[in-house]
Amino acid sequence: MEYLYLLATLFFVFGIKRLTAVRTCAQGNRLSEVGMLIAVVSVLLISPSVNWPVVIAGIIVGGGVGLFLAKRTPTTQMPELVAALNGFGGVASALVAMGDVLTNEALNSVVAPQSIYSAGSLVPAIATPVAILIGMVTLTGSFVAYGKLSGKNLSHPLSGSARHGLHAALGLAAIAVSTWMVTAEGSGTILAGMLVLAAIAAVLGVLLVMPIGGADMPVVVSLLNSYSGVAGAFAGFVIASPLLVVVGAMVGASGLILTQIMCKAMNRSLANVLLGGMGGDDAVAEDARDYQSIKQAGPEEVAMVLDGASSVIFVPGYGLAVAQAQHVVRELADLLIDRDVQVRFAIHPVAGRMPGHMNVLLAESDVPYDQLWEMERINGDFKNTDVVIIVGANDVVNPAAREPTGPIAGMPILDVDHAATVVVIKRSLSPGYAGIKNPLFDNDNTLMVFSDAKEALEGMVREVKDL
Amino acid sequence: MDFYFLMIFIFVIAALLGFELITKVPPTLHTPLMSGSNAISGITIVGAIMAAQENQTVFAQIIAFLAVALATINVIGGYMVTDRMLGSFKKKGKK
Repeated sequence: MEYLYLLATLFFVFGIKRLTAVRTCAQGNRLSEVGMLIAVVSVLLISPSVNWPVVIAGIIVGGGVGLFLAKRTPTTQMPELVAALNGFGGVASALVAMGDVLTNEALNSVVAPQSIYSAGSLVPAIATPVAILIGMVTLTGSFVAYGKLSGKNLSHPLSGSARHGLHAALGLAAIAVSTWMVTAEGSGTILAGMLVLAAIAAVLGVLLVMPIGGADMPVVVSLLNSYSGVAGAFAGFVIASPLLVVVGAMVGASGLILTQIMCKAMNRSLANVLLGGMGGDDAVAEDARDYQSIKQAGPEEVAMVLDGASSVIFVPGYGLAVAQAQHVVRELADLLIDRDVQVRFAIHPVAGRMPGHMNVLLAESDVPYDQLWEMERINGDFKNTDVVIIVGANDVVNPAAREPTGPIAGMPILDVDHAATVVVIKRSLSPGYAGIKNPLFDNDNTLMVFSDAKEALEGMVREVKDL
Repeated sequence: MDFYFLMIFIFVIAALLGFELITKVPPTLHTPLMSGSNAISGITIVGAIMAAQENQTVFAQIIAFLAVALATINVIGGYMVTDRMLGSFKKKGKK
């Protein structure tokens, strides 16, 4: 029967593999779902004394909440949702490690209670505190990321060396409590130690994510995703489950690689992201007073510009997602194609709040795949393009990134300013996530349309129809 | 061979496998992949079910219940969101 676990693991391996190619991704997720089903059914069959009321109640409650969250959440808030779900998984692993201590006979013996270390070996003695620590950091860190992604301004109470000092002190305290916990005898004392450790880890999770800028949250979510895998693996060491160890390690490692890929897309190192910077506490926001020569335009003026255009590139950003404008942008694109205009969408790797966010949105409105162009492929083409329409994107088209210094220096950007005319649809001149001024808006060939993305595009659709 | 040695052994090999699985990923799939692997990390549900044993103290039962419920949120929510994201790709493939 235990071989069913191996079968489940194989489904996960091939599931992840297939998730990495567009053609097979839907099938990949299906495989991994089947793997999970096999794993859950197996443990129910194999486990000697399942507490059915507890398990069934847990699955009904958890399944209901999961279903509700997944159905109800709009496409724009998916990054936040992934962050929250990840937090739940992390804390579940911490609870698994705690639960094991409560049921372990050697630790609960009335006559001669033992410690985690003396009852087992060094492995559970390390794995138990680590699972709790990482699980709780994942929980609270994910919720801070959730808050930041939904636009809440959460900043760290301390800065500079005081901040690092506090983090180091908490880290040392966590190690001290862990050591005490695994050598303490009897489940009551151990439990007290675990709760203190969990509390320290919870605070640490909040404080570690707080100083990281909002623009970097996708990377943080990806990293925390990796952490929850690691927490699962360590929980696996605690309860001696090879399935948890293997799957947790695999997800932890693949999450780390994905995080690395995402950092590379922004031309930054992971350390640089984690220490905070872009859009974080230290960045200074500027406002409209910093712009000198803004040229405003309305939908009819944009339509006139589009009338003479033979090539148009749309650059979608988070504003498109917020306004749910993916359908109307496609309508405008189709209108232009009918007028024999070459239409493409330029996708910056980190446009929106997560890599691939824009692709998901545009796919939802059936924009053909061959119209979506990645940054490296399209960047050389901007100079031959008549009109670029930027829909709610800011930092990814900010030429300030080409300067040698500054908060986004070195980040690869879309070279939209090379196009003949640039139309920027944006609600106001407020800075983007990086919290810095965008000199593009001041350019002579830039037209600013101050409006909600959906309203502006609907206006343009009407005007283009009237041409 | 020591049981824990074997566990550490498979841990290391599984981690290497995880590194190798993700080599080239089109940016389109970064979010779905993150979401999909997030759902897989809900595998801890298996551990949660193992923690829910008969004849436990009430406190242990509460811990087990919370672990099962939270892990289930992760699994169900994670897979459904990933399916929602990928659903839009599938339509594309058929055209």
